[in-house]
Amino acid sequence: MCAAYGISCILSRAVRDILRGPRMSGILFPATWSPYAAGAGIGVLVCISFLLCNRPLGASSAYVKARGLLEKAVDPHLEEKKEYYREIPPRVDGVLMLLPGIIIGAFIAAIISGQFHLSWVPGLWSTTFGDNVIVRLLAAFAGGIILAFGARWAGGCTSGHGISGTSQLSLASIVSAACFFIGGIVAAFVIFHVAGV
Amino acid sequence: MSQGCDAAMPLLTRLHRNGKAQIALGLGIGIAFGFLLQKGGVTDYNVIIGQLLLENFIVVKVMLSAVIVAMIGVHLLVHFGYAELHVSPGSLGSNMIGGLIFGAGFALLGLCPGTVAGAAGTGALDALFGGIIGMLVGAGLFADFYPKIKARFLSLAPLPAVTLYGFLHLDRWVVIGIAEAVMIGILLLLAYHGW
Repeated sequence: MCAAYGISCILSRAVRDILRGPRMSGILFPATWSPYAAGAGIGVLVCISFLLCNRPLGASSAYVKARGLLEKAVDPHLEEKKEYYREIPPRVDGVLMLLPGIIIGAFIAAIISGQFHLSWVPGLWSTTFGDNVIVRLLAAFAGGIILAFGARWAGGCTSGHGISGTSQLSLASIVSAACFFIGGIVAAFVIFHVAGV
Repeated sequence: MSQGCDAAMPLLTRLHRNGKAQIALGLGIGIAFGFLLQKGGVTDYNVIIGQLLLENFIVVKVMLSAVIVAMIGVHLLVHFGYAELHVSPGSLGSNMIGGLIFGAGFALLGLCPGTVAGAAGTGALDALFGGIIGMLVGAGLFADFYPKIKARFLSLAPLPAVTLYGFLHLDRWVVIGIAEAVMIGILLLLAYHGW
């Protein structure tokens, strides 16, 4: 009786939270859907990718292909010299096209809901580190280098390991996803609560 | 393999091998992915950093919802012969070290490889000129160091199994059932606490 009441309590609060969408928690949030609906849609996309493209949905190898294409424009013998580009060949294919696709898709989503804003420094960054554009650009640049390096070291990113790989119950992906968040949480606390006092 | 696949498989295989169709599909899936990332709120630096500082749980909600749907969906597709699993063996040297490096970049940039592209689409110029350019430089650096990293780290301390059900020596569908229940439980708990 008590357990049934408890469960019904949890369920009703969960349903309310699902209907209400993301919480505001002090930061100004843009118009978005419920995170559960957006997430479920991404789950369907992963299934579509397996069915129609015979591959998981992962973003990070697109950067290797894009980088390889840029390098290949200068050095046509790139693949003979660098082993990594033999494993992830620099060519225009479905994996690479994900990258412009994501930019276009997010642009459309932002424009139609009035959420497209040009900005150089994100709000939470500026409250701790000020609104100097150069400082933020350097941090984002360094972060991008480390992120790509780590993603390729681990063989995937938040989408490839975190969603596609975990969905397949891949042990490598589960370990990777756990480490993405362990590393991310520790680094964020160091950046904002130790360095950013 | 069951009967359903007999008619569909040659068609699907032809689609998988059609380069032009795959380019169009990649672009289309990318557009839908970028759209959903923005709608989920995760193309916003503040949301990602809020998650890493444990002040909101939107990233966890989006990811768990995606995995809850994809786990059952992909395994059903595989079960009925419409898709193949793409899993490979891992190691602590690759997945743990790489994952922790990734985490440092994740926190410093405040976005991940997919969401940094999405953030650029919503007008975040630090994502476009800092994050994406950094990603291209980082990918090139990794390609340069790949032979050494591969030899020294990538097969260090191999994981004991390829899949979680292989590791646990349990039936695949039992593990799927437990994993789905655990993930739904986490979402309910987060909602109950109002996080």
